[in-house]
Amino acid sequence: MIKTDILIIGAGPTGLFTVFEAGLLKLKCHLIDALPQAGGQCSEIYPKKPIYDIPAYPEILAGDLTDKLLEQIKPFEPGFTLGERAETIEKLDDDTFIVTTNKGTKHHAPIVAIAGGLGSFEPRKPPIPNITHFEDKGVEYIIRDPEIYRNKKVVISGGGDSALDWSIFLADVASEVTLVHRRNEFRGALDSVDKVQELKDAGKITLITPAEVKEILGDDHVTGVSIIKNGDEKVTLEVDHFIPLFGLSPKLGPIADWGLEIEKNAIKVNNALDYQTNIPGIYAIGDVNTYPGKLKLILCGFHEATLMCQSAYQRIFPDKKYVMKYTTVGGVEGFDGSKKEAPKAVIKKIN
Amino acid sequence: MQKQKLLGTNMEDITIKITDRDGVLHEILAPTDMAMNLMEVVRSYELAPEGTIGVCGGMAMCASCQCYVKSDHELPEMGPDEDLMLTEAFYVEDNSRLGCQIPITSKLDGLEVELAPES
Repeated sequence: MIKTDILIIGAGPTGLFTVFEAGLLKLKCHLIDALPQAGGQCSEIYPKKPIYDIPAYPEILAGDLTDKLLEQIKPFEPGFTLGERAETIEKLDDDTFIVTTNKGTKHHAPIVAIAGGLGSFEPRKPPIPNITHFEDKGVEYIIRDPEIYRNKKVVISGGGDSALDWSIFLADVASEVTLVHRRNEFRGALDSVDKVQELKDAGKITLITPAEVKEILGDDHVTGVSIIKNGDEKVTLEVDHFIPLFGLSPKLGPIADWGLEIEKNAIKVNNALDYQTNIPGIYAIGDVNTYPGKLKLILCGFHEATLMCQSAYQRIFPDKKYVMKYTTVGGVEGFDGSKKEAPKAVIKKIN
Repeated sequence: MQKQKLLGTNMEDITIKITDRDGVLHEILAPTDMAMNLMEVVRSYELAPEGTIGVCGGMAMCASCQCYVKSDHELPEMGPDEDLMLTEAFYVEDNSRLGCQIPITSKLDGLEVELAPES
């Protein structure tokens, strides 16, 4: 069981900054995120896009913002459970919570801060009628263990980075790799497009474009796919695996069933006070919450995280009174023994 | 058909007919002087649930605002981002566009669109 002071659900910018504000109050944090990396939408959807409204950064790439936040919170040694989705929550008699992920990892904390953005990222499933029947029976939307494709025939569909990168990677693992895309042009990085071209020329990847997988064949396991090429030409391929890689889209998911008040796909919070939900001890901050006048901006998430941590402190230590100190005055003392503080003035006499 | 109006709309508004994902037709007024795009208009009128449209915020990076253009209005040409995003979207038709890439201008008065299914 992982124990912490504040359990943060969602490792996007708001969740990450919460670690810093909590750290100033000597509260430890642990983050859960369904994605395999921190950064939320900033790293998953638009890492190379600039953001212009982060205070003091006239321009910063979303990916760089994530890196900076990780650097800023490093002294507070946050824990991470990545690649797992927060599934259930249980309130114990002492008003603390146990949150369990879809993989069974349990987390225990007196405070839960939901910083889940638009929800957890789920793979986008192409609208092929029998696709759900073959899930984990030859259809995989996410590649977890590339070894299962060793010496197998694999067809990948999609036109972005993941489709290209996995086609390249599996070219050395699988016995046959076929990449199917609706167009001849790909959206992925140029290097990857060039590499796929190279592997295609070398006969290591078969490219079928412009084409779309329309049907999955097999009984208990995928045995083939049927593809429509050039609009009306039907091609049937014998394959062991079909890997549709069409990116991820966020879904509020299991959090919607935690008994929290939901309005317009977001969690209602008390913004006059501390961003607490209708369940005391559970807060919602950043894009996942709603209140009158809500703006889904990263900078608003930072503010909400800051106030939420103050309230969390009072809830954990009801008898203590916290006196806010500016970091310039008090410095930043990490849990790792590091200490940052403003340099002392140098006094020098003039004789 | 439901006729609706955003607060603060005025003479410079245009009329757009939007069929939502449940097949309900809405005739709405959209301002041409607020630098809005079609996706933002759909969100303002709450014609699709929050979280199911405009997920990427309007960067042509998610296709959640895909719509079918039913009228023959002259639309801004598709940029490469929109073009390639549509190659990865589902339920794409010849008249598919991303709403976030269509700015509201006076030329679009009378535009008729239908929202593509959620995916």
